[in-house]
Amino acid sequence: MWDVEIRGMASAHAIIASSIFMATVMPAVFVENFSVYGTHMVWLYCVAGSVVVVNIAVFWLLGISPPTKKNTLSYKLNRLFKSCLYFLLSCLFFHTVVVLYGAPLLESALETFSLAVLLSTLTTLRCLCILGPNVQAWIRVFSRDGAMSVWDTSLQITTGCSVIGAWLGAFPIPLDWDRPWQVWPISCTLGAITGFLTGLLAAPVWIHWHRKQLTYKLK
Amino acid sequence: MSTEVETGLRDDQYLNKTDMQLGSMSAPCSGCAVHIYNPEEREDERREARMRRLPVLVTLIWVCSVFYTGIFLFVGGFLLVRLEGSGADHRCSEGRFHRYDPENTAPKPFENKLPVLDEMASSHPSHARLYTFRADPPTTTMQRIKGFTTGSLPTFIDVGNNFASNAILEDNLVHQLGQVGKRVVFMGDDTWVSLFPKKFHRSLPFPSFNVKDLHTVDNGILQNIYPTMEGDDWDVLIAHFLGVDHCGHRFGPDHPAMAEKLSQMDGVIRSVIKRLKNDTLLVVMGDHGMTDTGDHGGESQKETDAALFLYSSSPLFPAPGSQVEPEVVPQTDLVPTLALLLGVPIPYSSVGQVLLPLFPRNGSRGAPTGLSQAEALWINVKQVNRFLETYSNMAKDIPPDSLSRLRADFSNISSQYLAAVHKGHLPSPELVVSMQNYLTAVRETCRASWARFNPFKMAAGLLILGVACMLCYVLSELSHVVVQEGLLKLPILSGLAVGLLVATGQLFLQGYLELSWCVGAAALSSEVLFLWRTRGVSPKERWSPSGLLTPALLVLFLRCASLLSDSYVIYEGNVVTFLLFTLSIYVPLHLNWDGLLVPLPPSDTQKQPRLLPTALPSSVVRRQATILLAWLGVLVGSLYLSLSFHNCREEQGTCQPSPFLSPLSRVQNSQLRNLHYVLSVGSLALWGYLLHRWLRHYGNLNCTSVTVFSACFLIPLPCVCMGLHWAVSATPEDTFRNLSELIGLAQVFLPRATFCLLGLGLLLLWVDPMMVFLKSRTPLNSRGTSLPPPKYRASTGISPQAELHHLIPQLYQRIRHSLEDGATESGETDCRPAVEAYGLGTVYSAPLVLLCGLLGLVLLLLHPEGMALAFLLLLLEAGAILHIHACSTNLSSLHKHSNYFSVPWAPVVSWSLAATQFFHSTGHLPTFPSIQWGAAFVGFPQGHTGTALPASLVILNTFSSHIIFAVGCPLLLFWPLVCEVRGTRSTRSAGAEESEDAVMEMRLRENPHKFSSGLLQLAARYLFVNGAQVFASVCAAAILRRHLMVWKVFAPKLMFEASGFIVGSVFVILGFAMVMRVDVSVGGLFKKLLPQNSR
Repeated sequence: MWDVEIRGMASAHAIIASSIFMATVMPAVFVENFSVYGTHMVWLYCVAGSVVVVNIAVFWLLGISPPTKKNTLSYKLNRLFKSCLYFLLSCLFFHTVVVLYGAPLLESALETFSLAVLLSTLTTLRCLCILGPNVQAWIRVFSRDGAMSVWDTSLQITTGCSVIGAWLGAFPIPLDWDRPWQVWPISCTLGAITGFLTGLLAAPVWIHWHRKQLTYKLK
Repeated sequence: MSTEVETGLRDDQYLNKTDMQLGSMSAPCSGCAVHIYNPEEREDERREARMRRLPVLVTLIWVCSVFYTGIFLFVGGFLLVRLEGSGADHRCSEGRFHRYDPENTAPKPFENKLPVLDEMASSHPSHARLYTFRADPPTTTMQRIKGFTTGSLPTFIDVGNNFASNAILEDNLVHQLGQVGKRVVFMGDDTWVSLFPKKFHRSLPFPSFNVKDLHTVDNGILQNIYPTMEGDDWDVLIAHFLGVDHCGHRFGPDHPAMAEKLSQMDGVIRSVIKRLKNDTLLVVMGDHGMTDTGDHGGESQKETDAALFLYSSSPLFPAPGSQVEPEVVPQTDLVPTLALLLGVPIPYSSVGQVLLPLFPRNGSRGAPTGLSQAEALWINVKQVNRFLETYSNMAKDIPPDSLSRLRADFSNISSQYLAAVHKGHLPSPELVVSMQNYLTAVRETCRASWARFNPFKMAAGLLILGVACMLCYVLSELSHVVVQEGLLKLPILSGLAVGLLVATGQLFLQGYLELSWCVGAAALSSEVLFLWRTRGVSPKERWSPSGLLTPALLVLFLRCASLLSDSYVIYEGNVVTFLLFTLSIYVPLHLNWDGLLVPLPPSDTQKQPRLLPTALPSSVVRRQATILLAWLGVLVGSLYLSLSFHNCREEQGTCQPSPFLSPLSRVQNSQLRNLHYVLSVGSLALWGYLLHRWLRHYGNLNCTSVTVFSACFLIPLPCVCMGLHWAVSATPEDTFRNLSELIGLAQVFLPRATFCLLGLGLLLLWVDPMMVFLKSRTPLNSRGTSLPPPKYRASTGISPQAELHHLIPQLYQRIRHSLEDGATESGETDCRPAVEAYGLGTVYSAPLVLLCGLLGLVLLLLHPEGMALAFLLLLLEAGAILHIHACSTNLSSLHKHSNYFSVPWAPVVSWSLAATQFFHSTGHLPTFPSIQWGAAFVGFPQGHTGTALPASLVILNTFSSHIIFAVGCPLLLFWPLVCEVRGTRSTRSAGAEESEDAVMEMRLRENPHKFSSGLLQLAARYLFVNGAQVFASVCAAAILRRHLMVWKVFAPKLMFEASGFIVGSVFVILGFAMVMRVDVSVGGLFKKLLPQNSR
């Protein structure tokens, strides 16, 4: 019953994952001495940018985004503005949370903020694409019975995986191994992206596995 | 307002007066739910279902003692034991040289304040030498004195003896000097006298324990040293200055007082050099260095490295460059050198190596000792070999392969040397080098292998601790069964029997008793028997391992795993904060996941009731969620702020210790000092205010009992005393010279007065823990005896105001009275209860909160002033954890019919993590140098005579956060009841569920069985969480016992974790005993009331 949707989701996820792969490989052509550890910020923003572009394109093309009630230009602009505002707020929110978790407050604030931007692209942006700028709906999605479509379920899974990945990424930081990836915030960004990729992979598989149990209420 | 309540007041007046606080009691009785008990039934119920206090306490004590046994066994097998040899060498060599060595604690010459050493060493190279002098850890004073008089390597376990330093029984330099009739004169640090009782020809000891006293010891020495030097009745003079050491402890190295002290030492050395006779050697040395904060005890290079300066008026040393000079001189090397120079045998157990530059290369130069380098080395090698032989016969801890290698080396050296001597020519330089290498190898072997473990004891300790953790888990799952059925008697008795059996067996077979094995056998057998019995009792699914996979226990698991890595132990403060933060964020996320955090949007309500059959009104949900998020904010804020109170380990490279950690007297800038003072006093006042506010809010300050008196007066008064004490101790010493006597007096009496007041408060609290105000109504007597006894009923929902003010007067209702006489009299007055009890709703938690508050003040007094802020954060954080727990219980109580008597894992784990977190945030670290010794002198600036009092003060200081959280542990059970949402009850309970509408903590009283099992479960969970951490650090020490960092990180961590557990569990038992005490009083109160009202 869900086969079509699952297949669509799997291909969308494959596109997003391949875009992350491309963002890791392609800049080497344009930027000299490009490497994930060495020019970490460049890589981070490449990945974030490609995820933004591909996500928006995929969800727009698939028409997943919630139907707009009015079709006027000003309403659309208003929604766009709201989305940008929410995205910025979520960056600030993640920045605060990361600082509270023990990131340095003043030194390397840029790195911390970049991590917050990455986390926002991996979580908030997808919320914006799937649910629109509607905080009520976001809160609703992250509850046991809140998912109303396969896309909501995949949102739950990928968001959870990204955040947990970033959380796990903090673990190697205190170790005294002196590896290049232990530098703040490389391990956390790597963790977040690994978690995100895992989520992209896990979501279709999980939904396929549980397709019998899944019952979505109508919107 | 609480004190002005008098019984003479008319009720109405009283009620009006207290309306704002207490809520209106005169509400019409139509809202009262009526509940009639059958008296006889009730009595039976009461008799049978009394709270089982004793079983709970006995169980707790049993569990704790099992844990103690495991810790005792493991620590006994783990900590190094070096056998002390008792043999003595009697070889005598000739020596004609008189010399003396004033020893001088001169750590790191800070900013070139001791120029004399360098001047002398560079301008008179044949008279003087300056070396780096390296101590072996542990760098505590007693170990160092032991080290450079016996020449051995005192081990870790000796650290504990520092304040009860007992005489050295091993062969040592002072003993040998006495044997050959040398007159040893000693002056300075009195540790020496306790180490070498009756060994000195003459001694002038001065008290060393008081770290704040910079001058007594030094001035005492200076008064005596010059006359003694000029006199003639000494051969060796030892002077141990302490000013620099104490200055480091008190002010740190970076302080003007240190410069002053070092300049004084410089002058002392100069004038001693001037007075030196020609046949005298001056040895100036520091027994250890100091860290950047002025402490010592560990093994960082700053602590181990000091200076060794040798000076003689006659040219003693060869010209520089003529031979290889040692770069670093180990502290043990001084012993054989001085022994040979003075012509006494080298102490038996010395593993040092003679300092070659002090001996001529060949005997022809007319050397004062008559010993050439090769001869001295040969004597040294023979002595070390002999020690090695006897020691390896006595103990088997030196690995056989290195022992045989050393033996081969020795036979090689001895044959070469004897051949050379036989032929009459000098031993070759190669032989000298090989002898030196041999000595170094022996020393290294000893160092490596004196980490001697007893693997059987360690394994037994691990096993007992592991099973004890399992036991705690089972106990927490099956607490109701355990309380009810008394499963404990048999395990405890059989454990005792097994212990006795093992003891008698040992006595018969071995002839002596090894206590640890008896205790271990007893503990293990009782544990196993208990687990066996519960297996039969328990339904299988109740304690399946899948119950362990909750996120809270996952966090606990991560915490335990983090104890196995040295990096995580080093950053423990941050790691614990990280985990606690995660756990507290998890709570609202989980609630949201269950759809409980946000009230359902109105559009959905038609579809939703199926899912949430007992949905709260959305206003209540919203209110609870807001409260929860607000307290989460408080928790997160205090977590973040508390990070700024951390101290730094030496391993944490760029870390700066918190500025609040240094006592105010160390702060140089007076404005900053005033700011710190104001902050500290402000947070102290806020601490008192918050406590008072809470108690008043719940109506616990209305009665006139002694406890309320203590709450009203014994919190503010000590606060004032503490503020004054801080002010006095913060004044720089030289500002009020004419008032110095008064200041000294104040420093003694203000803290002591505070201790006494707080102790009085604790005592009163124990004597009479009831904080309930009873208000009897007069018409009772006139009703006559015909009325049946009133039934107590803790009622709720009487009036919206009462609910609004969070105050529930508990009622004894004379139901029959109101029913019968209601017709004749006006309804309003009749409906009032016979006895109104104010504060009964928090009857259990109020004394506990007060206890925590008073204890917190005592512990705060033992800390540096700046820690008042950290303590305030502690209070806020504890409150936040409790409120978050209460709110989440309230929010989820209506979803699944959760019971109020079982505390889930998440708050218990947070509670325990918070204890560890505030251990770090009050400036403590699991390392020995970071112990705040200053706590021993609060109120006792002159020092102590015994060791028990200072030791207990230091223990209280070190584990203060463990203590506060342990005592407050039962609050986790009470808080959801205190913060119960009553609005829902009143809406729901109108019909069927009347039995449930007893409010707040009277609910516990109504279900004594559930109460006791809930208490037992909570205690078992808390002990499990702490015990698992002890188990993890024990595992870390056992697995990583050959790790590079074991003595630096894991062993101290194990000691702190284990002592923290012991102290914490004692206070857990105290806290639960307090609850039992309150329960006894409540029982007494009811017993008193019921007959009184019935007649």
